[in-house]
Amino acid sequence: MSDLTSLTLTDAVEALKARRVSSEELTTAFLGAISTANPALNAYVEVTADKALDMARTSDARLARDQGGPLEGAPLGVKDLFCTEGVQTAAGSNMLRGFVPPYESTVTANLWRDGAVMLGKLNMDEFAMGSSNETSAFGPVKNPWKSSAQNAELTPGGSSGGSASAVAADLCLAATASDTGGSIRQPAAFTGTVGIKPTYGRASRFGMVAFASSLDQAGPITKTVADAALMLRSMCSFDPKDSTSLDIETPDWSAALGQGVKGLKIGVPREYVVDGMPAEIQALWDKGVEWLKAAGAEIVDISLPHTKYALPTYYIVAPAEASSNLARYDGMRFGHRADTAANLTDLYETTRAEGFGKEVQRRLTIGAYVLSAGFYDAYYVRALKVRRRIAEDFDKVWGQVDAILTPSTPSAAFALGDKQIDPVTMYLNDVFTVTANLAGLPGISVPAGVDAGGLPLGLQVIGRALDEATVFRVAEALEDAAGFTAKPAKWW
Amino acid sequence: MAIDAATVRRVAHLARIKTSEDRLEPLAAELNGILAWIAQLNEVDVEGVEPMTSNVAQTLRLREDEVTDGDKLSAVLSNAPKAADGFFVVPKVVE
Repeated sequence: MSDLTSLTLTDAVEALKARRVSSEELTTAFLGAISTANPALNAYVEVTADKALDMARTSDARLARDQGGPLEGAPLGVKDLFCTEGVQTAAGSNMLRGFVPPYESTVTANLWRDGAVMLGKLNMDEFAMGSSNETSAFGPVKNPWKSSAQNAELTPGGSSGGSASAVAADLCLAATASDTGGSIRQPAAFTGTVGIKPTYGRASRFGMVAFASSLDQAGPITKTVADAALMLRSMCSFDPKDSTSLDIETPDWSAALGQGVKGLKIGVPREYVVDGMPAEIQALWDKGVEWLKAAGAEIVDISLPHTKYALPTYYIVAPAEASSNLARYDGMRFGHRADTAANLTDLYETTRAEGFGKEVQRRLTIGAYVLSAGFYDAYYVRALKVRRRIAEDFDKVWGQVDAILTPSTPSAAFALGDKQIDPVTMYLNDVFTVTANLAGLPGISVPAGVDAGGLPLGLQVIGRALDEATVFRVAEALEDAAGFTAKPAKWW
Repeated sequence: MAIDAATVRRVAHLARIKTSEDRLEPLAAELNGILAWIAQLNEVDVEGVEPMTSNVAQTLRLREDEVTDGDKLSAVLSNAPKAADGFFVVPKVVE
């Protein structure tokens, strides 16, 4: 066991179970790696070293008795969007700086029930609104990857940039993340990691800081597809505390692996060829098609005609829901409160102007606008109707195909600061991922190759609602064929 | 439908976000850029389409109307900007 931190989650769990390594050793190795790397990468906003070592020793005691859950002793990172009892949960915002939840999110509670160890909380775009981690009040996360073409510091993507950066740099075995428009899959693609957003309703939203409730869904960022299958199972559960939680059993997705894709029908949607898409993205997509064909799948040309309307629909629905969700930050019961104000309205307005960053303010303003009298039908209701059209596009193709293959992102990771000029340019990052959120479908990003500068690129697999099993099978076939083993060179 | 500074002022107030006068014009320009891009939704034929508010095809669950939680006074107040004697303390408002 030369380098403990580079183990996959699956291998680490096995090594722990076989007692070839203790959780305390593993946890100590990660804490060491974090203290070296974090000043450069800024992936963790808080490291819970004492708590991690306590949890690790408890796991070691259980393992010594041949007990323990499916993740017993495995050190994980937690996106700072999940409430963790007694540990600051700020969601990347000054509004929640210092907020210490007196309760635990269901997703993290499930992980601890299954024996996982918490290393700390991971940086993210403020309230998950961003695609580059630059909106975080705790400073941007750096991508451990650098392009051979230039020495610029790159974004790890967002909003789960801290999670993706930490997994890619071996600062945890795997991490929790969340995805409202692509916030798991885009950062996974930018960092050479695997990220899956399950079917809406699989993972409980209880204790997740809300952004857009009809779209928000938790999922893991991991090093391999098998790791994602293992960790997602622990994260998901039926939860009476979330009214949209699905009252169904969580399958053992690890069992779906190893079956291959022979006979599966894979759709390739022609509308996902977008203007200005780099040739290497198209080439990677073509390669993915060839890989799946070679593995015995049948490729079907499909049409999802409303694809181009998905992003504009999202930029009405998500800000509208956010403007309603974030109304709770009024400075009265928790969070930031302005020191002085002339009257009550002024207190609300000053509190929110001080507590929210620029992008959050922009989205809340759009949300208030599209919900306001006179514009509600023209914008919000119309967007909800187009959303149904988008969902129906998928319903129509499920008769012909079992899963859909697309690129994960329209480019590789870009330099920090590059896309801050125009909000719409930044929004276009999610062009391939946002449809799955609007339709509530599972989607995974798998590292499949590198661009000319050696930066990772991902392919996305979208599946039927509740059919993560097929998504994992196709993802595994891509992973096997791609043989992606590149790691970022340590510059930190 | 272009947004002007006065509209931004009104909407920012609806969102309860204090916005300084010199920010109104730049914000109007940004919002107009976003809304011009969003305007392509007008191309879609949505005649007779039911608005989609959720992608969960289940009706909301009901539970027994009984107390299942409570006695959490200190937990509830633990993150208050200011609290005293078991209450949230807020600035005096006389209007």
